[in-house]
Amino acid sequence: MKRRDFFRNTLPAAVTLPSIFSGLSVKAFTENHPLVRALLGSATDTDKVLVLVQLNGGNDGLNTVIPIEFYGNYFNARPNIAIPQNKILTLNGVTKTGIHPFMTGFQNMYNEGQLAIVQSVGYPSPNFSHFRATDIWMSGSAADQIINSGWAGRYLNTEYPNFPEGYPTTQMPDPLAIQIGSISSLALQGPGTNMGISISNPNNFYDFLDGVEDPVPDTRWGKELKYIRMIGKQTEKYTTVIKAAAARVTVQGTYPSNNDLARELKIVARLIKGGLKTRIYMVSTGGFDTHSNQTDSNDSTIGNHANLLLKVSSAIKAFTDDLKGLGVDDRVIGMTFSEFGRRIKSNASLGTDHGAAAPLFVFGKNIRGGVIGNNPTIPTSVGFNDNIAYQYDFRSIYASLLSQWFCVKPTDLQTIMLKNFQEIPLAVNSACGTTGLDDIIRGSGEQLIVNYPNPFVESTTVTFRTKGGHTLIQIIDPLGRVIRTLADKEYIQGTYTVTFDSMGLPLGVYYARLQNGSLQQVRAMLKTR
Amino acid sequence: MLMDRRDFLTLKKNPGHPAQISADNVRGIQSGLTPYSGPWTNNEIAHLLKRTMFGAAKADIEYFRGVTMSQAVDELLNTVGVLPPPPLKNYDNSDIPASDPDYGVAQWTTWVNSISDDGTVNFHRRQSLKSWWIGTMINQNRSIQEKMILFWHNHFATESNGYDRATFGYNHYLLLRQYALGNFKQMAKAITLDPAMLRYLNGYLNVASAPDENYGRELQELFTLGKENNPNYSEIDVQAAAKVLTGWQINFTNETVSFNISRHDKTNKSFSAFYGGTTITGRTDANAGMTELDDLLNMIFSKNVEVSEFLVRKIYRWFCYYAIDSDTEANVIKPLAKTLRDNNWEIKVALSALLKSEHFFDVLNFGALIKNPVDVIVGMCREFNIKFPLVGQNGQSYAMWSMLKDFSFVMQQDLFDPPNVSGWSAYYQAPQFHEIWINSDTLPKRTGFFDMLTYNGYTASGFTLILDPVGFAKTLPSASDPNALINDSLDILYRVPLSDQSKATIKKQILLSNQDQDYYWTNAWNAYLGNPNDNAAYQTVFTRLRDMYRYLMNLAEYQLA
Repeated sequence: MKRRDFFRNTLPAAVTLPSIFSGLSVKAFTENHPLVRALLGSATDTDKVLVLVQLNGGNDGLNTVIPIEFYGNYFNARPNIAIPQNKILTLNGVTKTGIHPFMTGFQNMYNEGQLAIVQSVGYPSPNFSHFRATDIWMSGSAADQIINSGWAGRYLNTEYPNFPEGYPTTQMPDPLAIQIGSISSLALQGPGTNMGISISNPNNFYDFLDGVEDPVPDTRWGKELKYIRMIGKQTEKYTTVIKAAAARVTVQGTYPSNNDLARELKIVARLIKGGLKTRIYMVSTGGFDTHSNQTDSNDSTIGNHANLLLKVSSAIKAFTDDLKGLGVDDRVIGMTFSEFGRRIKSNASLGTDHGAAAPLFVFGKNIRGGVIGNNPTIPTSVGFNDNIAYQYDFRSIYASLLSQWFCVKPTDLQTIMLKNFQEIPLAVNSACGTTGLDDIIRGSGEQLIVNYPNPFVESTTVTFRTKGGHTLIQIIDPLGRVIRTLADKEYIQGTYTVTFDSMGLPLGVYYARLQNGSLQQVRAMLKTR
Repeated sequence: MLMDRRDFLTLKKNPGHPAQISADNVRGIQSGLTPYSGPWTNNEIAHLLKRTMFGAAKADIEYFRGVTMSQAVDELLNTVGVLPPPPLKNYDNSDIPASDPDYGVAQWTTWVNSISDDGTVNFHRRQSLKSWWIGTMINQNRSIQEKMILFWHNHFATESNGYDRATFGYNHYLLLRQYALGNFKQMAKAITLDPAMLRYLNGYLNVASAPDENYGRELQELFTLGKENNPNYSEIDVQAAAKVLTGWQINFTNETVSFNISRHDKTNKSFSAFYGGTTITGRTDANAGMTELDDLLNMIFSKNVEVSEFLVRKIYRWFCYYAIDSDTEANVIKPLAKTLRDNNWEIKVALSALLKSEHFFDVLNFGALIKNPVDVIVGMCREFNIKFPLVGQNGQSYAMWSMLKDFSFVMQQDLFDPPNVSGWSAYYQAPQFHEIWINSDTLPKRTGFFDMLTYNGYTASGFTLILDPVGFAKTLPSASDPNALINDSLDILYRVPLSDQSKATIKKQILLSNQDQDYYWTNAWNAYLGNPNDNAAYQTVFTRLRDMYRYLMNLAEYQLA
């Protein structure tokens, strides 16, 4: 791989305003507030981290978590690829459900209470296209909705609404989210700006740490390219903190070799231990689109899918062990997800086609272990198009983790998830219930737009600060439609208010967007009864 | 000797022509002004268009594929654009004094025929003028004209903040436009008597009793001879030139320029040995100013080697590269300068020789030019065929152009207001030259601009300026094939190669959402084409294309032309 510039997702330029935009956030404490100082002093210890592990391609849930309870029907539906019952790994205290024989890492984690299996996660009217289904999972939309922001991006926008203006800040000197991959995924896209940064790949990451640069040709353009890349690196405001965090960690646990997911998770553990306050990490691994040759033709316990599950299970096991060894396991939980499961019935080419609901895994020291939900029901006779119905909406998983791990309050949860979802007990964070933390962080950075009250019933006052010149205030809905234009003209530098009267508009989430020259900032608002 | 592109990409040494590595480890280029006779493909066409226009729009690339290289250059050099309607009053009367002539100019009519001396009025008008120029560049013809006007603006640099009046600025622009591909010597004369320049460099205050040397100096140092000659003009020559130039005045009521013999220094002006001890005879008649100016320019241009090489180096730095090594000096600069002076300072002849040369089309010259901010902004809009408001939607048009000129300003290229009379430092400040455009402040502003037009767009007056990635992909011949889609996009957007591995990564991580099979993209694209009104189908391809183009624009490679 040629040397790519290290950070792919260049953040919009932070423009320094003459002064901090203070006094608008009605709930914000100042930095001299005793509570603020107390919390700032111990911020790293209380910060929780969520690691999202994406399994690209649509993982075959039925060969991952096997419904022993319905083994006969399971076998009949996919005799050419079914895992022999005597090979299924058992879980302590569980008789009806087992896991794939290659997932010994997960078996150990489960038995130690570090793994939860949530059965049949999906959503109504499932989509079978990789692209569309991935977008649904990333955005947290309904099947018939096109949401152009991501669920994690909306969470981070709620927590850090002023980002990126004025960032990095004292309270948040680090990236809000880090993704290993070329581009920040839709999941990290906020309503206005992408909330994450990307590390293009693990090899580049180590090149970056070690100061290694791929050569450019000794030509005119090679010279200029090298120069621009150098400036690009100097410009990346998070380069220094990431390098420093990585440099603090010199010894880590053992990870399986030849395992791309393990390599990515090893970086994540290193950065967490290194002290980054980054809340969300995203890693991914592919190959789960097993239309054919999912298993060996002679032995269904081995083959492509088995290797994929071994990779996931051993990588995540090594990761959790490493976190424990590094002493940061209290701070980290993770979840796996895939855009869909696969059909109940296998095809003739030893594979399975695109399906619907599937199990997902939640892992970490502070999760509530166990099997959540029932085994999917498998009928005696299965048609080629039969799918597993969902028991849990995937957005319930997100909402539960946000609420139970990041202590997101109910109204904010509704703003982030765009409606209310059932909560499932998945994680334990005793700090949830402490007040104040969110409000402090939300004042961080340069606040350009805010509304009060929020949530609101009928109307809310939008206060914005312009540096002068053309200023636009739009009200946008989660589908990206412009609902109102509250300002679209030249202003003299200063602070102004406009009113958003929502009469006639449905309850739900709206975004107030400020555009002022190259600046923009988006504030989420919730209309309630 | 040209390098084969394939050889170059694999970095094979060309047998018989060992690569010469200069002091800063940049491989030299041996080719010269021999007419280029190599391949004429999208690659060469895009190179020519990115250097001579703002961006290489796909329609223009296709158009020029139908003619020869020589015909293409001729067309670019000879096409004269239709002057758009003059700049309009895009501001209201809220802070205009009722007594000022501008008060009577209706909004959205032109102000160029109404003379105002009011500071506020002229501030507004200059903003209008800057926006208008951006609009003119965006709507450029298939012509080198606009890029040459900007070249001359940098060469004969003036600041509108200095001459203040927007009407001077507009007329200055018209003058640059008139001579952009004309005669350099005649242009130097016209510039000398241009109200904007006369005011900017105090020529109108240059009187016999108290000569002002400002213009007399810059005429030699910055506009014709340069500082690098040895020997060169001296302080004596600056003083003598200033005396020659005494007596010119601006009538601020009707903005005409006239010569006032009573303010003119009628003595003989003696120049140094550099000019062979020339004496310009002092005249006393009403035409004295003009006659002596001709004498002065004849004397300066008689140093024809120095003048021609000075200008040709500037042209080379504008169209090719800033570092001029000994091979380039010998094979390009010196013969091209000779062409210029042999052809009596006709710019077009010299440009034609350069743009049709083996040197210009040498693969080692490709991609070496760091785009200036105007090229970044106007080029991106044109290459992606970004839709602007309809003709006649003046409020919306000026709102968009105004935003673009503001971005050019924050990227450090304020049209009509270069930093000083030397122009933008990227074109004279050794050793960095073009690299000066890129720093830790301006690079994020460039990528921030791309991000803005790619993601949210810019909205004002009810119009949103935004990149349409699906529309752009639809113009490509095989957008359903993700490999062809990437390659065809790069053919337009990039001038330097991207490795196969990088392309594969982009394809997989962006277009295929980490799947391995190309048909997933193909199916998604065809699903959209088959049902273009299906929002989900559209969004599926839209988000991926948007992310891909943003990614490509955020790489360092996109800064190169």
